[in-house]
Amino acid sequence: MLFRKGSINKLNQAGLGLRFGAIAGLLFLHIPLLLIILYAFTTEDKTYQFPPPGYTLKWFEIVLNRQDIWNAVSLSMQIAIISTFLAIILGTLAAGALYKTSFFGKSSITILIILPIALPGIITGISLRSTFGVLGIPFSTWTIIIGHATFCMVVVYNNVVARLRRTSPNLIQASMDLGANNLQTFFYVILPNMGTAILAGGMLAFALSFDEVIVTTFTAGQQTTLPIWMFSELIRPRQRPITNVVAIFIMFITFIPIVFASYMASKTSGSEGSIK
Amino acid sequence: MNNLLDSFSNFSYRNKNFIFLSFLILPLLWLGIVYLGSLLIFLGHSFFHLDGFTGQIVYEFSFKTLIELFSSPANIDILIRTVALAACVTIGSAIIGFPIAYYMAKFTSPKVKIFLFIAIMLPLWSSYLVRVYSWKLILAKEGIINWFFEKLNLEWLLDTILSTPVIGGPSLSISYIGMFLVFTYIWLPFMILPIQASLERVPNSLINASHDLGANKRQTFYKIILPLALPGIIAGSIFTFSLTLGDYIIPYIIGTSKFFIGQAVYTHQGTAGNIPLAAAFSLVPIVVMVVYIYIAKRMGAFNAL
Amino acid sequence: MLKALNLKNINKSYGPIRALDNINLTASDGEFFSLLGPSGSGKTTCLKVIAGFEAPDSGVVSIFEEDVTNIPPFKRHVNTVFQDYALFPHMNVRQNVGYSLKVQKIKGSSMDRKIDEILEIVNLTGYDLRKPSELSGGQRQRVALARSLINKPKILLLDEPLGALDLKLREKMQVELKNIQRQFKITFIYVTHDQQEALSMSDRIAVFNNGKIEQIDTPANIYSKPINSFVADFIGTTSIFDKDSAMKLFDLDKAFSVRPENVVILETKEDLATINKQQYYITNGTVTDCQFQGSHLKVTYLIDDKCKLRVFKSLEGNINQKYDINTKHTIAWRKSDITTLNE
Repeated sequence: MLFRKGSINKLNQAGLGLRFGAIAGLLFLHIPLLLIILYAFTTEDKTYQFPPPGYTLKWFEIVLNRQDIWNAVSLSMQIAIISTFLAIILGTLAAGALYKTSFFGKSSITILIILPIALPGIITGISLRSTFGVLGIPFSTWTIIIGHATFCMVVVYNNVVARLRRTSPNLIQASMDLGANNLQTFFYVILPNMGTAILAGGMLAFALSFDEVIVTTFTAGQQTTLPIWMFSELIRPRQRPITNVVAIFIMFITFIPIVFASYMASKTSGSEGSIK
Repeated sequence: MNNLLDSFSNFSYRNKNFIFLSFLILPLLWLGIVYLGSLLIFLGHSFFHLDGFTGQIVYEFSFKTLIELFSSPANIDILIRTVALAACVTIGSAIIGFPIAYYMAKFTSPKVKIFLFIAIMLPLWSSYLVRVYSWKLILAKEGIINWFFEKLNLEWLLDTILSTPVIGGPSLSISYIGMFLVFTYIWLPFMILPIQASLERVPNSLINASHDLGANKRQTFYKIILPLALPGIIAGSIFTFSLTLGDYIIPYIIGTSKFFIGQAVYTHQGTAGNIPLAAAFSLVPIVVMVVYIYIAKRMGAFNAL
Repeated sequence: MLKALNLKNINKSYGPIRALDNINLTASDGEFFSLLGPSGSGKTTCLKVIAGFEAPDSGVVSIFEEDVTNIPPFKRHVNTVFQDYALFPHMNVRQNVGYSLKVQKIKGSSMDRKIDEILEIVNLTGYDLRKPSELSGGQRQRVALARSLINKPKILLLDEPLGALDLKLREKMQVELKNIQRQFKITFIYVTHDQQEALSMSDRIAVFNNGKIEQIDTPANIYSKPINSFVADFIGTTSIFDKDSAMKLFDLDKAFSVRPENVVILETKEDLATINKQQYYITNGTVTDCQFQGSHLKVTYLIDDKCKLRVFKSLEGNINQKYDINTKHTIAWRKSDITTLNE
């Protein structure tokens, strides 16, 4: 390792061009997010002027007193929590069933689980909308939750399957060998090993649901979730400074579970990318 | 109770697959009925058609709607425009994403790697809408890009770009080049991660062997690293391509008045009430992706996932 | 002797592959019994059938005369040391070792005493609170061993337990395992592909090949009286003469094998005169390879243009001795030292 830095082994070092390319790419990914933060403090309220003519905290205060925004936040939270709960149950069950067995039609089922996130949201959204229409189900918070749980399931599934694959199958055999029955094996061995993966998957499902707009557009009636509020502001900007503040808020609400999930995933598995 | 549990355990010992498969009932019911059912009913509408006079859907099997889709020049325009943009976005993300992926896979310590990993995950998972919104700020006439060009006295360059036919427009926030930038930005992490995974799997000894056999850095890159990263690039392109094909929000917010597939679906099912045509439009990205994934699979892209 | 383990007509197939083909074996109480064979020969599957992880397609597994064929692994008084140790990554050494007590709801001081006792036996006192990831390969091995032994199983199954260790550590652990087995007086069923390990540790060995047992016998008999060419070839170094060559060279109507240490090289006429020609097979060979092995030379001869013969030539007295390639020698071995083989 020590010799890596030596002059003989220049071949193993990144060239200037590569370093520049990598740094430029990372800046491209992150500068827009930083700008969001900057704009929340601007005194300008009619345009997106850069650099901001002045800085203020007053928009935060105004947002704090906006009941409509807080209603949207609380609705989005409710939806995300219930959808995540459903996604954890469905995704974990599917992962447990599919990771080791092999049977006819297994690959079709795997595709079916991935499909809701692989197909454009608009197709999923319209499909569900027309079905609700045909069945006469009125749009409500629950129709939104049904849509969200459908595409959040795959995130939990992916995390749990990745962990199951890395877990030695001998662990379960070892537990049985040492006298534990199915239930004991599940609670003492499988669950503690899967726990962080399920939690990481759940965190990501939460972030995904909290932020989703397309499927929500089609499965919501009069409900305004936070992303729907945001979307309407994007199309017809009426309250720019407030939108800026809400954008920061959404960003941080989703950051926390993501960072937490990455930490959970890397803690027990090294740097393996299981939260893809 | 304990006896019951034991006999259940005895039974499951003999019938492992049964137990595993019983897990599947609940998710399968959900996906099979709620999701797949809805999907098939909606897509099936593409074989019905709208009565021109009454505006009602005629529930009779026919290819009228599909023929309408492919015979109208306006519709063909929409399809070509969308596929062309998706292709550009894919190529753009591959070019911007490769250096990061390569650097991450081969030139970092484990600690830096985890840091970079999170740096790429964050934008991937953080709010889609907020990220699109950030580009509204960036591309605005009074925004940072214009300011930047002004400071460098390069306004003429920006004007030239904007006055170029096809890609230009009245301002960056209403132009194809703006859409291209936003799409590339939004889907870039989906390209970086599979490339990184595929490069991670190239053993360093292979690169050393290439140097050992007399290839310089450039030759090693083109003859060894790039071909081995190709499955990763293809895997990433599946995401960037398909996500661009189906998106309607970005064209809605950043785009010009010309439609993309997503907007066509949205409008036809909504205000026009033409669900059959909306379904027919929806089939296009699905068919394109099935063909694309089939080809990618033949090229071994899935081994990189 | 009490029958600790009895397998009767065990068959197991995975699709078209016959993993176990009519296996019959019996191990006595307190015996060190090895299942030896190349990878894919069925020895690990056989172990899994004994442990209960795999149910046989047909046949009967009995442990101390009790039919356990349909009994799940957690109710068999058999414990396993896994090849990858299968230590629970989320538990420390103490929790791993105490796992079987925990699931039996044994708690408190009797649990603590048992754990302390077993940790002392495997020399892990003081490592109680470490996680498996903080242990070396040898230490993990000991934890796995302690975890399986704490319940005093009637039979301990070991699936290539030393396979992941380096040579020095492996030799040390072989001695320790043997001591532990003597101390606990329980039956060990030991799966290995390392014939040296099987020969040095076992009371008896079953040699597996293609899902079948080729031979069951003591190490000495397996080595000196292999039943067929597979066993002869798999155990130790040997040279095999097929039926045609045996007939042509020595007028024998059966294939046979001869161990390299039993062959003498007769370099001169005087040497040839020292042996009793009635008791020896004598032939001529050409040196094709000569390797220094420390205590001896390993010389390979070509006989009659087609048979290869390996000879260990002791180096006592002259450590620098060696033979040039293509040298021709007369070579011989006692008629009583050959093993005739059933093809």
